[in-house]
Amino acid sequence: MQQVDPWLVLSFCAVIFFIGLTGVLVRRNILIILMSIELMLNAVNLTFVTFAKQHALLNGQLAALFIITVAAAESAVGLGLVVAMYRTLRSVETDKLQFLRD
Amino acid sequence: MDISPVFFYIFGGLAIAFSLLVIIKKSLIASAFSLVVVFFSFGAIYALLDAHLVAALQVLVYAGAIMVLFIFVIMLLNADVQSVKSTRANSFFVVFAVLGSLLTLGLFVWSFRHVTTSLPPGQFTTEAVANAGGNTQVVSELLFSEYILPFELTSVLLLTAIVGAVVLVKRHRRSAKNAAS
Repeated sequence: MQQVDPWLVLSFCAVIFFIGLTGVLVRRNILIILMSIELMLNAVNLTFVTFAKQHALLNGQLAALFIITVAAAESAVGLGLVVAMYRTLRSVETDKLQFLRD
Repeated sequence: MDISPVFFYIFGGLAIAFSLLVIIKKSLIASAFSLVVVFFSFGAIYALLDAHLVAALQVLVYAGAIMVLFIFVIMLLNADVQSVKSTRANSFFVVFAVLGSLLTLGLFVWSFRHVTTSLPPGQFTTEAVANAGGNTQVVSELLFSEYILPFELTSVLLLTAIVGAVVLVKRHRRSAKNAAS
């Protein structure tokens, strides 16, 4: 069977991670920011699993399982915050969060 | 690593293209559905890497539960309409964010390419895992023996998240009472 070098898979994870980071920095919509955070979490997950495969260990896969659980909890609370923010501001743009300035 | 290059390049390309769409698309629903494709591609890559349990949970939890939650909130807030006239960060900042990300990405790729780890290989090779009853069984045995404490703490975390989400979304009854009186 042909081989894929581990550094290629790890670089792929880094590409997805930095796409997510760029999304967090550039976009002003809180829902897009949450989606970009999910992208970053996924990329880190895949990095863990790749290292697990590369070194014939299973700790990375267990870490990935825990990260999936934490991501589920995070998105539940995050979307609850989005709903609360929309009730207060009638908007999902982070630019509108100016209570301290006003 | 002995994974199929064809499938890796297909699903990797899909994941990169659709994750770019997630942050580029104006419409929130389009972003959410692009994210579903990214999650499915990641699930396929997990399966390629012999992480079958993680692949199944990726599809069930991410592409199932989390995406339903996202789309539910987008529909609930009817936020898709106003995202058309959404404000953007100024272009100066965008250029710097993209350049910084690209430079750091280059650093990461360079280090992945040239830095080798001296970690000795572990005991869970593909053949050993297959002989011990498959990926799910071996991972579960580790989860319920060596990792039992984090596993139990995870249940506490989920309970906290449930209570927190309910408290956040619940309407405050006191303000309603004040408005009525």
